[in-house]
Amino acid sequence: MNLSGYVIKRIIQTIPLLFLVSIISFFLIRIAPVDPLAELKLNPSITQETLDYEVQRLGLDKPIIVQYGLWLKSFVKGDLGYCTTGEKVIDKLKERIPNTILLTGFVIFFTWAVGIPLGIIAALNWRKPIDRLLTILSSIGMAIPSFFFALLLLIFAVKTGWFPTGGLTSYNYSEMTKFGKMLDILHHLILPVIVLFTISLSGLQRQMRGNLLDVLQSDYVKFARAKGLSETKVVYKHALRNAINPMITLLGFEFASLLSGAALTEYVFQYPGLGRLILEAVLKSDINLVMASLMIGTIMLVIGNLLADILLKLADPRVEAA
Amino acid sequence: MANLPDFNSLQNENLFKSVLKDKFARYAFFILLFLYLTVFLASFISPYTKDYSNRNKAYCPPSKIYIINEEGKLSLPYTYNYIRYFDKENFETKYIEDKTHKYRVKYFSKGESYKLFGFISFDRHFYDVEKNGELYLLGTDINGRDNFSRLLYGGQISLTIGFLALLVSFPLGMLYGGLSGYFGGKTDFIMMRIAEAIMSIPSFYLLIILASVLPANMTSIQRFTLIVLILALIGWAGFSRVVRGMVLSIKKKEFVIAAEAIGASTLRTITKHILPQTLSYVIVAMTLSVPSYILSESGLSFLGLGIQQPDASWGNMLKEAQEFVNIISRPWLLTPGFLIFVAVLSFNVIGDTIRDVLDPNSRER
Repeated sequence: MNLSGYVIKRIIQTIPLLFLVSIISFFLIRIAPVDPLAELKLNPSITQETLDYEVQRLGLDKPIIVQYGLWLKSFVKGDLGYCTTGEKVIDKLKERIPNTILLTGFVIFFTWAVGIPLGIIAALNWRKPIDRLLTILSSIGMAIPSFFFALLLLIFAVKTGWFPTGGLTSYNYSEMTKFGKMLDILHHLILPVIVLFTISLSGLQRQMRGNLLDVLQSDYVKFARAKGLSETKVVYKHALRNAINPMITLLGFEFASLLSGAALTEYVFQYPGLGRLILEAVLKSDINLVMASLMIGTIMLVIGNLLADILLKLADPRVEAA
Repeated sequence: MANLPDFNSLQNENLFKSVLKDKFARYAFFILLFLYLTVFLASFISPYTKDYSNRNKAYCPPSKIYIINEEGKLSLPYTYNYIRYFDKENFETKYIEDKTHKYRVKYFSKGESYKLFGFISFDRHFYDVEKNGELYLLGTDINGRDNFSRLLYGGQISLTIGFLALLVSFPLGMLYGGLSGYFGGKTDFIMMRIAEAIMSIPSFYLLIILASVLPANMTSIQRFTLIVLILALIGWAGFSRVVRGMVLSIKKKEFVIAAEAIGASTLRTITKHILPQTLSYVIVAMTLSVPSYILSESGLSFLGLGIQQPDASWGNMLKEAQEFVNIISRPWLLTPGFLIFVAVLSFNVIGDTIRDVLDPNSRER
């Protein structure tokens, strides 16, 4: 199967998946005996027209199945309704999604840039002191609760004053030059990235190590050695390429766990990302916002998996769509 | 599931011994044993009961215990109470030790009565302090509650909730995966797509949404039960997929066909003949997933969506550490985080060792 055919097939496969997710999350949220507009009604700055529009849009006077249909229709059209603060949900999402992608992007980049080499080092030094040390370090990295680590780093930030203690931009952000703005954002990103990096690094390093160890035992590696290739060539030309492939599938999973893991880290660092948005929405029972961010989170996750699959297909043309 | 280890090769008893042969696993095992024993005996070990609160001593620092007195001689352990005063220059509440009166630390003395293990009436505490004395080993929280006592009571919740959630989520996942794999065809297709849909929702998002739906006016036992159920709803889908894969191959074996031939009902065939074959895998998967449940609970309670005040859990105790003032000048509030870390690390080490023992070919470690 050629690449475009594969991509199209995978995209078509995700549509029923997203449909199912929307059903599950819609009914899950509507189980709660909460009037979806209760908070909106309490906000004095919301006009009666907006309220009527929302009742119309959500079909709150109609049976729940019809409500689901209406909700789905307006979701597909991109009309996500209003937050309890009166802002449009879609504007809020547009503001937050890039921040989350920025954060997870950095984290994925660094975990791969560090985790893969560390995994290789550990595998090539199997059961030697350096491998043992890396195993111990990765166990520690896996066991730290993200929010606790974030708190510890916050203490560090407050005590030293080297890092900002939260947010994404400084108070004087708007006065900065373009370059200054970039530096400011990077400065704010360092601590959240360190937290998520530490936590996802361990898993990646272990996986890479395991893969490479498996591959190093396979017949074709033995054959490559037998025909007298140098060890460097055996490892980097033959073994590594095959050990990397399963890692690409992992990329999708990693994205998923980062979306979840980022929520707590974003919360501690007051980082304006999707995770904190959904958290605030949940705490304020802002149904429109919860529903929309849950769907967007899922879509991002599905797209992440899709991209990983496509990458895998590029790296290993033998892969077929399931 | 290409290289699924042969789990049936070892008996459970041998498994336990082989796991403890590993140095790290042995340490981890004893650490966990110690943690569980301590929290199990929480009401005996802690000097204060769950509901104790001294409103005049909010954020009191840890009591210092002296064994060498002013004259430089060895003495029985004693402590001083703290006095609170207001520093008018810095506008801060501060604590200073009241050195005018010593309070001796007492062991196995009578204190507030409690129910040991929930049903034996008892009033002795492992340690306590003389009358009118205050002994806060790890300081107090915002309500003047002894942090050490709450740490133990909180451990009761934080360390058990994972196991309870497992007891719900694994049978659910096994049954779901079992049914799906056994029936195959369209049923399998639909059931697996539903499982995939649930797996596609970022799990923490799902967790907080479910937790937020809980009504506020519940008793703490109701809340605890529902949090267990919610945690259980997260992990089962991925697990059921693996079980389903195993069932697909098991159902073609002779003993299954034999069970069907003698007229065993579908449910009986699945639960009595097929699923027990997956049990060894299940045990490993369960050990490996305890830590993630502990982390989820603590995260949820940290956000204020899990276990609620006045009940303690390690997560909700850390909630107070969110304020800058607290983390800078009251570091004792961070102790629950270290305990979560130690517990999770120990579970991970044991889980890894179990996998190693059951699957010697895998060179994961």
